[in-house]
Amino acid sequence: MSGQGPGLFTIFFAAVFTGNILLTLYLGMCSFLAVSRQVRTAIGLGAAVVFVMTATSAINWLVYYYLLLPFDLDHLKYIVFIIVVAAFVQLVEMVIERVSEPLYQALGIFLPLITVNCAILGAALFMIIRHYSLAQSVVYGAGSGVGWLVAIVAMAGIRERLKNARIPRGLDGAGIALIIAGIMAMAFMGFAGMLGLN
Amino acid sequence: MNLKKMRTVTIANLGRENQVFVHVLGICSTLAVTNDLRNTLVMCLGLIFTTGLSNLTISALRSWIPQRVRMMVTTLIIAAYVIIVDIVLKATAPDISRQLGPYVGLIITNCIIMGRAEAFALTNRPLLSLVDGITAGIGYSWVLMVIAFLRELMGSGTVWGIAVLGDWWVKWSIMVMAPGAFFMLALFVWVVKGRFLRDEGGAK
Repeated sequence: MSGQGPGLFTIFFAAVFTGNILLTLYLGMCSFLAVSRQVRTAIGLGAAVVFVMTATSAINWLVYYYLLLPFDLDHLKYIVFIIVVAAFVQLVEMVIERVSEPLYQALGIFLPLITVNCAILGAALFMIIRHYSLAQSVVYGAGSGVGWLVAIVAMAGIRERLKNARIPRGLDGAGIALIIAGIMAMAFMGFAGMLGLN
Repeated sequence: MNLKKMRTVTIANLGRENQVFVHVLGICSTLAVTNDLRNTLVMCLGLIFTTGLSNLTISALRSWIPQRVRMMVTTLIIAAYVIIVDIVLKATAPDISRQLGPYVGLIITNCIIMGRAEAFALTNRPLLSLVDGITAGIGYSWVLMVIAFLRELMGSGTVWGIAVLGDWWVKWSIMVMAPGAFFMLALFVWVVKGRFLRDEGGAK
């Protein structure tokens, strides 16, 4: 699935469902487990991830192909990408704080969490490994973000219900969350046949 | 007296304060690389190297790091060590490097390293921090090795790439795929918490 091959829609669909960044690539697990207790906060964090991931994939693509490759600095990509993400998050936080108070209330507290969300860095690295073009990278970033949003909101919905359930000792907390994630991963595997991907 | 502290830190990191199954940190790579024992070992060595040395560096520099930008400084220090791991791996084991793909780079965002740096290295002496970093890495590693052993055995019928189970074994292909990772880690957490950490109450 590399090169010029896949169309934009295929990439998007694959990123949301069949290759869900959380459930098949295991990225962003830490905040997924920590912030999936309530649907409201899950939506807030998910929206912030979609936004940051879309924007940073574009920026990272430009930086990588126009700055790092021409100067043969490929091995510095980890440092550069993480700086881009951190700087972008900081900038967005400042802009949102000035421009819109309600939006800041809704998204602001989640933004610092995103810098250390491995899904963002992971998406940037995958887009390099798969040799995506700029348009493909943006679509891939958006799709991965949406996929992450879908997964965390679904998870939060299930966990809200789970509060009333009796869970075996030792399994409550992380254990049961991982089992739910496993079942969700199996469900998402079912999408694999839809586009003829594997 | 310093040795005593080191022992306390070590024991805590391997068991009661284990980063993976008690604090549930570093889960991304725990799940992603454990379908093959060899890949897991390489990943663990990379992580031990990075946690140990980044803890040492951060601790040595702790009085010069300004409070406001400390996250940025920590991230840069960690990234520098990860780049070393990446380059060494590409040169010595290109196959494994390709299989691990982006997960080597993702050691940067592994929460264990950031967590140890924030929680330990910024307030402790360099040598003690080094010990803490290395043992936190070993605590992570032994959990991963157990999970990887079981997943590889059940999923492909092999250990370290050598077939140990005969043809009679029906491979559980789900074990080397994504859901198997989640189930395996959940079971591991369950057994450890339910059996060995009972007195903690387990309420979180």
